[in-house]
Amino acid sequence: MKVYDQVKIARDKDRPTALDYINHCFTDFIELHGDRLFGDDGAVVGGLCRLGNMPVTVIGIQKGKDTKENIMRNFGQAHPEGYRKALRLMKQAEKFHRPVVCFVNTSGAYPGVGAEERGQGEAIAKNLFELSRLKTPIISIITGEGGSGGAIALATADRVWMLENSIYAVLSPEGFASILWKDGSRAEEAAEIMKITAKDLFELGVIEKVIDEVPGGAQLDFEFTANLIKHSLTEELPKLCALSPDELIEKRYNRFRGFGIYNE
Amino acid sequence: MALFGKSKYTPLGLKIFKKKDDIIIKEAVQSAPSENETDVKEKSDKAVKVSIKCKGCGAEISKKEAGKYKICPKCGRYFRLSAKERVFLTADKGSFIEFDADMTAANPLNFPDYEEKIAEMQQKTGLKDAVVTGRCKIGGSDCVIGAMDSSFIMASMGSVVGEKLARAFEYAAENKLPIVLFAASGGARMQEGIISLMQMAKTSAAAAKCSEAGQLYISVLTDPTTGGVTASFAMLGDIIISEPKALVGFAGRRVIEGTIKQKLPDNFQTAEFQQEHGFIDLIVSREEMPKMLSELIKLHYDKGGVQQ
Repeated sequence: MKVYDQVKIARDKDRPTALDYINHCFTDFIELHGDRLFGDDGAVVGGLCRLGNMPVTVIGIQKGKDTKENIMRNFGQAHPEGYRKALRLMKQAEKFHRPVVCFVNTSGAYPGVGAEERGQGEAIAKNLFELSRLKTPIISIITGEGGSGGAIALATADRVWMLENSIYAVLSPEGFASILWKDGSRAEEAAEIMKITAKDLFELGVIEKVIDEVPGGAQLDFEFTANLIKHSLTEELPKLCALSPDELIEKRYNRFRGFGIYNE
Repeated sequence: MALFGKSKYTPLGLKIFKKKDDIIIKEAVQSAPSENETDVKEKSDKAVKVSIKCKGCGAEISKKEAGKYKICPKCGRYFRLSAKERVFLTADKGSFIEFDADMTAANPLNFPDYEEKIAEMQQKTGLKDAVVTGRCKIGGSDCVIGAMDSSFIMASMGSVVGEKLARAFEYAAENKLPIVLFAASGGARMQEGIISLMQMAKTSAAAAKCSEAGQLYISVLTDPTTGGVTASFAMLGDIIISEPKALVGFAGRRVIEGTIKQKLPDNFQTAEFQQEHGFIDLIVSREEMPKMLSELIKLHYDKGGVQQ
């Protein structure tokens, strides 16, 4: 399969959304709203739930199922208030010693006037800063598109997992081709060299786990992938919860500190 | 090629880094041009290139007219400074000691032609990569300093920029020093793909560590500060300063215009726009910058006040 075919699967309009996974993997989900500063971003959902008996804070970037919902969700492109809502819920999780699970599926942070006026850059930066020191475990799962800063703002985590047909990249293959070759139509070619697939990123050590999908993608058999996610979370969260906050933060720091290859 | 777990940040690694310091100091002192040398260099430059064109008003300005601050005398527009010019305008004379002067880019994704691109840029700019870091004194106060250089692949952030900045934050935390970073960047280093994206989290985590260690971080935004640098360490200063009229924003103007199908006003994403929206503490002129930095550092590090 060509990498760009995987990009198409990652973007498939029928690809399961964050709320699909939340409702399948957890029970008693109560959605909480707002960043307490400006508004409530429909592109980011979050709240409280249980994994088995364990209370969990869950956050997801939510794409819509149809045009109407997509408009409400801004096609899964968050504004600053979305990242700030996510951070508020994560700080709340820290206070009450709940682990955090994030589902990431976004083509990127929204590039708009209001987003700039309200500090899109600052909002993402603040999440990276705060998440790196958050005294509670964080697992992030990239379920479709992991679009650049808008994705890592919810993926500065202890464990980052990807579904088999998801992608995670510094920018879209279209954007990449247009910046580097001034020709956005060379996206397929760009996708081949960018190293954006779950398999590539696992080999690079950027993620810890690839979660299987049935051939053709998770939209063809949602329960298969959702069960694997639930199983993986059930296995991994107690291990992370057993670490002291200091150990957790040190390991998370070193996880990101180690990224980079250079000569000296 | 597994990157994960290959952390350079181990207590052992830091010790080696510290021991190396003496060597770095020697090299840096030798390579740092004195003020006289700078003058000589400018004279010889003049012989080659008489004038520079102002992008603001289009006037042809001689280097002498632009002066050491490189400001257009006709319209007041700032020319971009190189990292070395920035350091020499900011640091007390003879006080700068460079860190990691020899660190250069590898090719983490085996991206076609990346090595050639780096070699070409090194040749052209005389820099190893897009940031210069070190320690110095500003107005007599010790501090860590870093300056990005937009002439090197638009000061895009790859492994070298991320690593040097992370080490600078760690050095500041460890040695209880304030840190001043002059940001300038077009964003991510495309050729390093996802590894470039990871530098956002890496530098932000290092800034957080430095903050937790109680040290002052002053971020100075210069033209242009955009993309992944805006969305990481540049926006994380305890105090955020900008040069007047600098371009400061996250998404690119053309991307936004393409999304909203409208033309944006000229002042969109300027330093003044960002200050109006609450994201910048101070806009400070180039001439006043060293004095302001020195004042701010002293206000944070002078003894007195609340007992700890």
